[in-house]
Amino acid sequence: MKLHEYQSKRIFAKYGVPIPEGEVATTPAEAREIAHQIGGSVVVKSQVLVGGRGKAGGVKVAKDADEAEQLAKQILGMDIKGLTVEKVLIDPTADIRDEIYIGVVIDRAQQKPVIIASAEGGVEIEIVAKENPDAIKRVAVDPVFGLMNFQATNLAYDLGLKGHYVGQFTKIIKGLYQAFMDTDASLAEINPLVVTGDEQLLAVDGKIVLDDNALYKHPDLAEMRDIQEESPSEREARLAGLNFIKLDGEIGCMVNGAGLAMATMDIVQHFGGSPANFLDIGGGANAEKVAKALRIILQDPNVKSILFNIFGGITRCDEVAKGILEALKQVPTDVPMVARLVGTNEEEGQKILAEANFPSATSLSDAAQQAVALAKGA
Amino acid sequence: MGILVGKNTRLVVQGITGREGAFHTQQMIEYGTNVVAGVTPGKGGEWVHGVPVFDTVKEAVTATEANTSIIYVPARFSADAIMEAADAGIELVVCITEGVPVLDMARAMAYLANKDVRLIGPNCPGLITPGEAKVGITPGHIHLPGNVGLVSRSGTLTYEVVQALTDKGIGQSTAVGIGGDPIIGTKFIDTLKLFESDPLTDQVVLIGEIGGTDEQVAAQFIADHMSKPVTAFIAGRTAPPGKRMGHAGAIIQGGEGTADEKIRALEAVGVKVAELPTQVADIVASQM
Repeated sequence: MKLHEYQSKRIFAKYGVPIPEGEVATTPAEAREIAHQIGGSVVVKSQVLVGGRGKAGGVKVAKDADEAEQLAKQILGMDIKGLTVEKVLIDPTADIRDEIYIGVVIDRAQQKPVIIASAEGGVEIEIVAKENPDAIKRVAVDPVFGLMNFQATNLAYDLGLKGHYVGQFTKIIKGLYQAFMDTDASLAEINPLVVTGDEQLLAVDGKIVLDDNALYKHPDLAEMRDIQEESPSEREARLAGLNFIKLDGEIGCMVNGAGLAMATMDIVQHFGGSPANFLDIGGGANAEKVAKALRIILQDPNVKSILFNIFGGITRCDEVAKGILEALKQVPTDVPMVARLVGTNEEEGQKILAEANFPSATSLSDAAQQAVALAKGA
Repeated sequence: MGILVGKNTRLVVQGITGREGAFHTQQMIEYGTNVVAGVTPGKGGEWVHGVPVFDTVKEAVTATEANTSIIYVPARFSADAIMEAADAGIELVVCITEGVPVLDMARAMAYLANKDVRLIGPNCPGLITPGEAKVGITPGHIHLPGNVGLVSRSGTLTYEVVQALTDKGIGQSTAVGIGGDPIIGTKFIDTLKLFESDPLTDQVVLIGEIGGTDEQVAAQFIADHMSKPVTAFIAGRTAPPGKRMGHAGAIIQGGEGTADEKIRALEAVGVKVAELPTQVADIVASQM
């Protein structure tokens, strides 16, 4: 789950990271009032959970409260990569002399949190990684001992900081690391951390991505979820305990198991089709869950055929077959379908489908080819 | 024969009184696994499918000499259960549970670093040495004893490949599901190393997916240390970047972890990569 910039920065501030003293507005009048309070020039920043806000025209500088109101009017309601802007953050502009990148992620190879830093801030770290990998510094942190003081100061010197900036940076990086650990984040990032004209470090932009599996520990953070982060069908699926991701293709897929679901999408493409979704119904799904999943797939108007691929281990094929027929009673449809059910209780499952004249296949390749042919109207 | 589990396995089931724990205990016993104990705090003294239940892993080990543990406890207690098993002297811990917080695992791995224990998982289907022992949730009947070792990040996709092998009469030495999370106890190279030195494994199948770089690391290991042929399948060629494909670890991030780069790395060191899961069996057959 992603947090907005303003939410992330407020969390960082609790850990001693200096941030601009801004406020969030949902109307142009509020934006005006906030800008007036701040006094002087402000930056009006759209709060949407997607990168590239600036390029899309969602971040603009206003010289005074009048202009802030005008810009807020433009930006609120704007569509940025399919997301509607509902909030803007009004921050005082910063006098930027230099920009630094700092972030914390999990290093899968070392199985530890790792701090990533670069003196080339203000651009996406992936771009720096590609074009100038030597500019990126990495510090692995033992999660038991935490970030040591010497690691923090060494990193400051590695980034070319000197004098009073070293102490400031040490405090900020320790705060960022602690925020990462305490929120069970999978990413905590400040980009850029700027050096201002009055020689201070300031976190101008920030981002936190939380580990969904740890949200139960943080009900306060879980409440911050922006429903725009997911499509309505993805949200419905999550609440039903299904793993669903909408894609752009025409063949709906319902599979048990994440690896098999991915492989099923690949096989659909191998035979010339394109998958409309990733959908893992998980282990041990019952008829009701299958029915819910089918309704979610059918909400996508692009779906021209549906492929069921079930390899029953914990999941029982007869339950899945019952679920398919149950869903079709509730949501009648003309979309053609083919099912391939093998594994636990496969004979019972296949019998239930055969009695209902539901098309089935025994091999995955066969099923995928049928689904592709059905989508093409063959 | 095989690796990690077999006739010498003495299994303790952590979370044996839960729905999943009880069901799979029965399945494992029916397959012939030597299940010697169960653990659920507060349920010590009870019996599940003829297996005595203890309050702590330490008590279970003392009373039954269990050497292997399987964990079915809920995600929020899993990291603790792993550490408890390691502390009680268990040699092999298999964590089936899905949804364990990543930072819980980072701390647990730091705890295990100083102990003589191997962890498999979390978020894995477990492992099976056909004809000897099943420590996990894999359907036993699709397996056939033989000489092909399997290692995989996925569950049902592995069943698909195993079924294709068994249909051709090709048996398996051990099939190991290492799990789909970002932090896991045993990685591809650890398992490849065991298969390379197992006299009853003749060739190996590696089933990977998008996310991370473990397949690339495995490719380098295969080039440097493996004499046995390796066949691979990588899931997720059609997966879009930035989206988590079910498994917590299956995500293409910052341009890293795509199926194509993994396939290229494996092919570059002579590993045959199948286009379809069933083709794995054809390639294995051609190398026998």
